[in-house]
Amino acid sequence: MDRLEYNDMVLEHFKNPRNAGTLEEADAIGQVGNPVCGDMMEISINVKDDRIEDIRFRTFGCASAIATTSMLTEVVKGMRLEDAEKVTWDDVMKSLGGLPKIKVHCSLLAVDGLKAALYYYYKKVGVDRPDLKPKDEDEDHHHDVEVNIQDSPLV
Amino acid sequence: MVYFDASSAMPTRPEVIDEIVQYMRDDFGNPASIHGWGSAPKRGMERAREEIGKLINAMPEEIIFTSGATESINLALRGSLPHTEKGRMKVATSAVDHRSVRAIASALANSGYEVIDLEVDIYGVIDVEKADRVIGDDTALISIPYASPEVGSIQPYKELAELARRSGSLLHMDLTMAAFQEPIDVARMGIDLATLSSNDLLGPKGVGALYVRRGVKMTPVLRGGGHERGLRSGSENVAGIVGMGAAARICRERMGGVRKHLLGLRDRLSRGLLQIEGSHLNGHPTHRLPNNFNIRFDYIEGESMLMLLDMNGIGVGTGSACSSKNLEASHTLLSMGLPHEKAHGSMQITLNPLNTEEEVDHLIDVMPGIVSDLRAMSPLYNKEEGA
Repeated sequence: MDRLEYNDMVLEHFKNPRNAGTLEEADAIGQVGNPVCGDMMEISINVKDDRIEDIRFRTFGCASAIATTSMLTEVVKGMRLEDAEKVTWDDVMKSLGGLPKIKVHCSLLAVDGLKAALYYYYKKVGVDRPDLKPKDEDEDHHHDVEVNIQDSPLV
Repeated sequence: MVYFDASSAMPTRPEVIDEIVQYMRDDFGNPASIHGWGSAPKRGMERAREEIGKLINAMPEEIIFTSGATESINLALRGSLPHTEKGRMKVATSAVDHRSVRAIASALANSGYEVIDLEVDIYGVIDVEKADRVIGDDTALISIPYASPEVGSIQPYKELAELARRSGSLLHMDLTMAAFQEPIDVARMGIDLATLSSNDLLGPKGVGALYVRRGVKMTPVLRGGGHERGLRSGSENVAGIVGMGAAARICRERMGGVRKHLLGLRDRLSRGLLQIEGSHLNGHPTHRLPNNFNIRFDYIEGESMLMLLDMNGIGVGTGSACSSKNLEASHTLLSMGLPHEKAHGSMQITLNPLNTEEEVDHLIDVMPGIVSDLRAMSPLYNKEEGA
C-alpha cells in the first residue's frame, strides 16, 4: 500500500470527511462513475440566490476519491454557481496539496459529480446546459483519465 | 499493532535470526573454498538442504537454492521447457497462479508456446474436467499453486498430477504459501518441480529453493561458476540459506501445533466477521489454507477499508488492486465470477503463527464500525437496498 504517499491533508479529509451524506430535500443530485471501475460519486446540492447553499457527497472508492470529494465540497460550498462550475480537478488537487501519482485519476470524478449536479439543477429551473451534462455511463472514461495523468503538472 | 498480511511478508523467527547472525559474523566463508573457512559454511548449507528436503519429503540433492519464489518459478519453467519433447508446445497455468507464472507465461506465448488458462470455479478451484479437455500429449508443462495465494482454496492437486502423468507433461507446483502449514510430500504427490520461499517459512527474505525431481532435465537460467549442480551459478547466500533451513526445521517440528493455532484463529475471524451484514467469504469454505481468510463487504471499496484498518493499527491485504493505474480488480476474484464492484470490496487476511487471539478480537471489534462508516458514505448502499 502507498499510505505514506498520501499527505496529511488527504488523510485528514479521508478520516474526517466534510459534508458526507445526502441532503434531505436536495435541489439536484449528480451521480457519476461506475462501481465496475472502482469509483462512484454522488453530489447533492441545495441552491439559494444562485449560490451553493448546502452540499453533501457520497463516494464508493479509495481514500483518495473520498478525500477529493470531501475537499471539493468545502471548496464550492457557498460559491456562486457560475464560479463553482469552473472549479477544476486541478484546483481541488492543489487544495489537497497533491495526490500520489497513481491516485490522480480518482480525483477527476469528483468534479464531474459536481458538474452533473449543476446540470440537473439548471435543467430543473429550465436552463439547458449541455456542456455540464454527465458523460454517458457506458462511455469508457479510463482513456481520458490516462491522458490526464500524463499531462498533469502536479505528479 | 496487528499484522495480518502474511502473504506480503512474514516475520523471521527469532531463533532463525540467531543462526543467520552466526553465519554472517563467524562462519562467513565461501562454501566453495578448499581452505578451512569454507567448511563450516558448506556444512551449514548442506544441513539446510537436508532440512528443506525433509519438510517436503525430497532428497537433499533435489533442492536447488535460489533468491526466492520468483527466481524458482523462472528456473522451473524456463529451465525445464527446453528439454520437453518436441511438439509439446502447450503450457497450462491458471488465474490463481503466482504473478511470475503469469508473467513468464505471457513471455512464452511470444516465443511460440500456446498458454492455456485453466478455468477456476466460484471458489477459485481449478476445474479438473475442463482441464482434462485441454491437457494432452501436446502439453509440455502444467503449473499450479498448491492453493490459491489470494483466496486460499486448495487445488485438486491429486487429479491434476494424474492428468500430468497421463499426458506426459511436467508438473510445477508453487508451494510458497503452503509449505509452512500443510504437510507436503512431493514424491507421493507426483510433483516434478516445486517452488519454495524462505520468508514464507518464517525465514529471511531473499532466499528460496526449487525442488527438481531426480531425472527431470534442466537448463540453467543463471550461468557462471556452476554452483548448485550447475543449475544456479553465483556464490551462495549462506546466511540466508542457513536461515531458510532453520526455518524449515521449525516448520516441520511445529506443524501440528501451528495448524491448530491458525485454524483456531481463522474460525474465530470467521465467526466474528461474517456476522456483519452483507459480508461474504471468498474462496472455498472448508478446503482452504489454515492461514487464509478472504472476505468481501457489499457496497464498500477495499482500499478505504484497508486505510481505516491501518489507522487502527491493523495491516491486511486487499484483492482489489486499486493501486494499479488501470483500477483493475483482482484477477483471481474476477476469474471466480465475482462482479467488479464486489471484487473491489474484498479484504485478504493472511495469518502467521505468531498472531494471537487478542489480535483477532481487535479486528473483530473495529470492523463493524469501519464497514458502517464507509457504507454511510457509499452511493451504492441504499441504491441497492431492497432491490
